[in-house]
Amino acid sequence: MLPELGHFALILALLLAGLQAFFGIVGPMVGRDRWTAAVTPAVAGQFVMIGTAIGCLIYSFVSDDFSVLYVAENSNSALPVFYRVTALWGAHEGSLLLWIFLLSCWTVAVSIGVSRLPQRFGARVLGVLGVVSFGFLLFTLATSNPFTRLDPPAPDGRDLNPILQDPALAIHPPILYTGYVGFAVAFAFACAAMLEGRLDQQWARWTRPWTTAAWAFLSCGIALGSWWAYYELGWGGYWFWDPVENASFMPWLVGTALIHSLAVTDKRGLFKSWTLLLAVLAFSLSLLGTFLVRSGVLVSVHSFAADPTRGIFILVFLVVMIGGALSLYAWRAPLLKSQAGFELGARESFLLFNNILLVIAAATVFAGTLAPLISDTLGLGTLSVGAPYFNPTFMLSMLPLCALLGMGVHANWKRGKLGDKTRMLLTTLAIAAALGCIVSFVIYSHGKILTPVGATLGIWIILTSLVDPIERVRRKLSLPRAVVGMTVAHIGLGLFVLALTTVESFTVEHDVSLANGAATAVGPYEFRFEGVKPIEGPNYEGVGGTIRVTRNGMPLTVLYPQKRQYYVQRQVTTEAAIEMHYGSNLLVALGEDLGAGKWSIRIQVRPLVNLVWLAAFIMAVGGGIALSDRRYRMARTAEEGAPVVPAATASVTAGEQAR
Amino acid sequence: MNRFLIPLGVFGLLVIVLAVGIKRSPEKGIIVSPLLGKPAPEFALPSLTDPAHVVKSSDLRGRWYVFNVWGTWCGGCRAEHNTLMEIRQSGAVPIIGMDWRDSESEALSMLQQMGNPYETIAVDKDGREAVDWGVYGAPETFLVNDKGVVVYKYVGPITPDAWQKEFLPRLPQRQAGAPAQPSKS
Repeated sequence: MLPELGHFALILALLLAGLQAFFGIVGPMVGRDRWTAAVTPAVAGQFVMIGTAIGCLIYSFVSDDFSVLYVAENSNSALPVFYRVTALWGAHEGSLLLWIFLLSCWTVAVSIGVSRLPQRFGARVLGVLGVVSFGFLLFTLATSNPFTRLDPPAPDGRDLNPILQDPALAIHPPILYTGYVGFAVAFAFACAAMLEGRLDQQWARWTRPWTTAAWAFLSCGIALGSWWAYYELGWGGYWFWDPVENASFMPWLVGTALIHSLAVTDKRGLFKSWTLLLAVLAFSLSLLGTFLVRSGVLVSVHSFAADPTRGIFILVFLVVMIGGALSLYAWRAPLLKSQAGFELGARESFLLFNNILLVIAAATVFAGTLAPLISDTLGLGTLSVGAPYFNPTFMLSMLPLCALLGMGVHANWKRGKLGDKTRMLLTTLAIAAALGCIVSFVIYSHGKILTPVGATLGIWIILTSLVDPIERVRRKLSLPRAVVGMTVAHIGLGLFVLALTTVESFTVEHDVSLANGAATAVGPYEFRFEGVKPIEGPNYEGVGGTIRVTRNGMPLTVLYPQKRQYYVQRQVTTEAAIEMHYGSNLLVALGEDLGAGKWSIRIQVRPLVNLVWLAAFIMAVGGGIALSDRRYRMARTAEEGAPVVPAATASVTAGEQAR
Repeated sequence: MNRFLIPLGVFGLLVIVLAVGIKRSPEKGIIVSPLLGKPAPEFALPSLTDPAHVVKSSDLRGRWYVFNVWGTWCGGCRAEHNTLMEIRQSGAVPIIGMDWRDSESEALSMLQQMGNPYETIAVDKDGREAVDWGVYGAPETFLVNDKGVVVYKYVGPITPDAWQKEFLPRLPQRQAGAPAQPSKS
């Protein structure tokens, strides 16, 4: 009965989403306040219904109800309960339900948040979210119902894909989707502003915390996914420019641009139409990501199952949502005029460059992701685009971005003169360059051309980000959370650049032959080989090596790489031993037996690879700190019909000199 | 010309590309595998029936074969067993089985009861090989050509209908009908 209840709840949720969309958009348009007032109950009802549906499906998983097709396909009676719950999003139907559920959570949060905003505006925001929810619910019910029954029931399930049985992956989709879906809120705010035909600085202030929250979740989600790929897939890399990875990375890049563009709209009332476009683009790229992953148009290592008929539905949905929003944009954006101007060298111009460079970066990723499809469409044959394209083109826009960041955080609004800050900037740049060269040539001693550049930029970003907060603390000035958050996020980026530089430049791979008791040094590490012992497994036997690792003479760890022989002498598999120490990733694999106790051994040391993920989390934490700033809460106290706060007064609220 | 129309125009072009992409992507029912058109993963796994023998992908080169991922715990695999037996009897193409995350003794007793449709059976005890094949759940069946390239992937129990419509037309004429070449170690 429960699966049917869940199915029924989904149908009710669809109806409620329809009502939410209708009352939210049409109500304010025809000026019927009682219609408008019906939006919030619809949101609440929809949340209850979707919650019921997802609860029913979880129950079916936990209780091993293999009469439900989706459960039979993705679970097994032997599966631990934790993975039975996470198996919910192990495949298409359940991930879609999760997507809808998270959208519903965001919508409830927004409905609480907008209750202090002008009623009509709030209703429009919720109405647009209702359209999104309606589309996804219709999609689920029409093409991907997770409650379809299996008759006769399967005796046991096909089990969850083994590579998905990993804790990092179990929590990765909810966090990633929370980010993806969160951009729907910025999208809804943008559409509501365009429907209203009015966009003021207050609008930007209302939109900022939602965007930052979504961005922080997306950052975490991407980092977790990358971390999982590194460990579980064991491909020895953290980023593959795979279509599915790119699908999450493009909204992140545009979302980052949006955060910065919103700052300008908030503080100076500029970039209005540009901000709107970015808000629409960020969510459009999320939707496009869903399309690319689910439709089978692009084939990737991540797409285990895809169905083209679903692709057609999503494409129609894309046309309605993105096409609709962009048409609205073409109609309304020309009405938005920005009065204020700014000089070249003012903070606005730096943020403009930030936006342009981030959008270019997103465009290059987009072009590379879709290139195989476009070349196939034009009949130019199959084209494969990989790291040789992505790495240099991406750096082309990212290097200037990092370079400008150091200056941009110290530029003034409106005025172009850096003035007395020039000396400070030059000083920090000199320190950063010196440290960068030390990292490149002294600590690691064999850098590539870009190594000192990357190291210098990373260190410079960190230093320049720290100057202002330190100055404020020293002069006992207030330190608003928005500034702290920005600083933390920028330091995260600096660390990220530094980590990327060291990993890409200084990964050491040594193939050595060692006799029992002999040692080899790789950087500060010494690997001492202590011979091999026979091992035995369920369907193999083999040898396990013991390698004692010391760092600067101090004992660090013992690694046990294995070489397995599957019953017959000739067949050998190599099980590398991987461990993390001081952020360096040590990998040891046994090679060939060279006789007389000598073995060939492969040793890899990847410095600071952990910092790549840690830095991404630091950026997300920065976002979290920034959105807890008081000014966002104070901004919500505006009453309906209150005059729009003019630019000058709006920017002098508490802790405002957030320069 | 309104410059605010540019995003809409770009989006329009994109929709055309995506629409063509969908039209060109394989017909309904096929689950796309990244392996299609690519070489099958190299493997060397112990044989189920003869533990002293290693089933190696290199030994399979030069002829077409069906690669069937199964397990005794999987209901769909039992459902397709009769169809696999018929395919073996027709001699159209050899079937290489991969016993996935299973108990060897149970697998052997199931084959004893229901017959053995496989030419050889590789054992993938810990499921590592299945990851390389992108196996999503059992049963899954791949068609591999004489150059070792994956031509087709079928998910779920093979029905006689699916065999007639999806597998047979993809096999080369002389292979279809020719007796399977048994290869004992």
